[in-house]
Amino acid sequence: MKFFFHLGQYMLLMKKVFSKPEKGRIYWRQLLVEIEKLGIDSIGIVVIISVFMGGIITLQLTYNLTNPFMPSYLIGLGNRDTLILEFSSTVLSLMLAGKVGANIATEIGSMRITEQIDSMEIMGVNSASFLILPKIIAVVFVSPMLFILSIATGLVGGLITGPMAGVVTTAQYLNGVTYAFVPYYVTFSGLKTLVFGFLIASVPAYKGYYVDGGALEVGKVSTQSVVTTSILILFFDLILTQIFFK
Amino acid sequence: MIEIKNLCKSFEERPVLKDISTKFEKGKTNLIIGQSGSGKTVLLKSIVGLLEIDEGEILYNGEDVAHFSNKERKSLRQDIGMVFQGGALFDSLTVEENVRFPLDMFSKQTEKEKLDRVNFCLERVDIKGANELYPAEISGGMRKRVAIARAIVLNPKYLFCDEPNSGLDPMTSILIDNLINQITRDLDITTIINTHDMNSVMEIGDNILFISHGEKWWEGNKNEILYTSNEKLNDFVFASPLYREMRTLKKQELKDEQS
Repeated sequence: MKFFFHLGQYMLLMKKVFSKPEKGRIYWRQLLVEIEKLGIDSIGIVVIISVFMGGIITLQLTYNLTNPFMPSYLIGLGNRDTLILEFSSTVLSLMLAGKVGANIATEIGSMRITEQIDSMEIMGVNSASFLILPKIIAVVFVSPMLFILSIATGLVGGLITGPMAGVVTTAQYLNGVTYAFVPYYVTFSGLKTLVFGFLIASVPAYKGYYVDGGALEVGKVSTQSVVTTSILILFFDLILTQIFFK
Repeated sequence: MIEIKNLCKSFEERPVLKDISTKFEKGKTNLIIGQSGSGKTVLLKSIVGLLEIDEGEILYNGEDVAHFSNKERKSLRQDIGMVFQGGALFDSLTVEENVRFPLDMFSKQTEKEKLDRVNFCLERVDIKGANELYPAEISGGMRKRVAIARAIVLNPKYLFCDEPNSGLDPMTSILIDNLINQITRDLDITTIINTHDMNSVMEIGDNILFISHGEKWWEGNKNEILYTSNEKLNDFVFASPLYREMRTLKKQELKDEQS
């Protein structure tokens, strides 16, 4: 019953979020702020995690695929496809759910408990749309870009780690990276990041918007929003993979 | 003028407001007083439309808000200014941006006109040189004054204040009271203040509504409250020996004035 209550309340909130904005110019300004806060500020962590993961995937593949019948270029190929299909889309989104999602839930939750949302409503401003819509658009907009950045830096991570560890040469690795490339994988994972981006912004926003209580409750919904978003990301990953790879 | 008729509100079967009827007049400072948990904030939030009422009517200038269309409701909201207990300033915006926010959202003024209006309102609440500061960088009293500036920036017809003196020192409290009272007179607006500050009651209470456990117990003005025989109200307003002594002195003062 509780699930259907939350689902209904979430749908009603989204209806409010996607209603016509009061003043487009103000929303545009807000969107730019959110793109910087939620997207540009995440570049650093995305690069660091992706470089390390690219390196680790390369080493793991090498140690687990060492076989005289296995060509070495498979390490580069394996790293590339792992990054494209799961790591740079799903794992990165799980990480963003932690960083960006907690930020959104805490910000909106704090605004709720300090009556800032009420004061917007009193003025006649659609607070749900003003606060949440720019965040959703910003995260959906930057997610595919972070996805591409993550693939690129992850491949660089493999390129640095593989030859440094002496498990694969630069030429073998690059050969693998360019071998049997399937562009559809990028399209599919790019689309996944759009869905995940929507979840990363909307679920914590919903949790924060309806928080009731004080600072303790804001902390709780922040944690809950990360857990719920992570589960939903994995659930949708399963569904989308089943649909698009059938 | 705002009139409420037989207003009832409950939360999960628990009645919070029981059959409250009263009138809040234009150009006067109307106070709602009562103990913590008596239903003051719920009443105020019901009147401004932040909470839906279960029964009764809320009339703004004789028109029931329940029959308003969305457009009319939105238009009414722009005639309302509200000062929340904690100020409710937007943390991510500066003082100037906070006061300008309603203008950005609803006015068609030029940037220069908006800035002039913001500065006028900030001067009106006696704040100078704080335009670029963030709410976290100013004192509690200043936050309240900025909140008042933001509430009056669109020239509202109705001003609501939820415990504007809470957490303030006595001197700042008096300043805030006088400021709200003065604005009410100057702009000829309907002001409703939620308070349990006895100084406000004795100084600016043109019309006072006393509620206890969600029920209306007494209504009158700051002079009538001195002569009330309502036990509950006396226990609440003149709870301390100091206030009882003050009442005696004030009564004597009024007697002297009359004679």
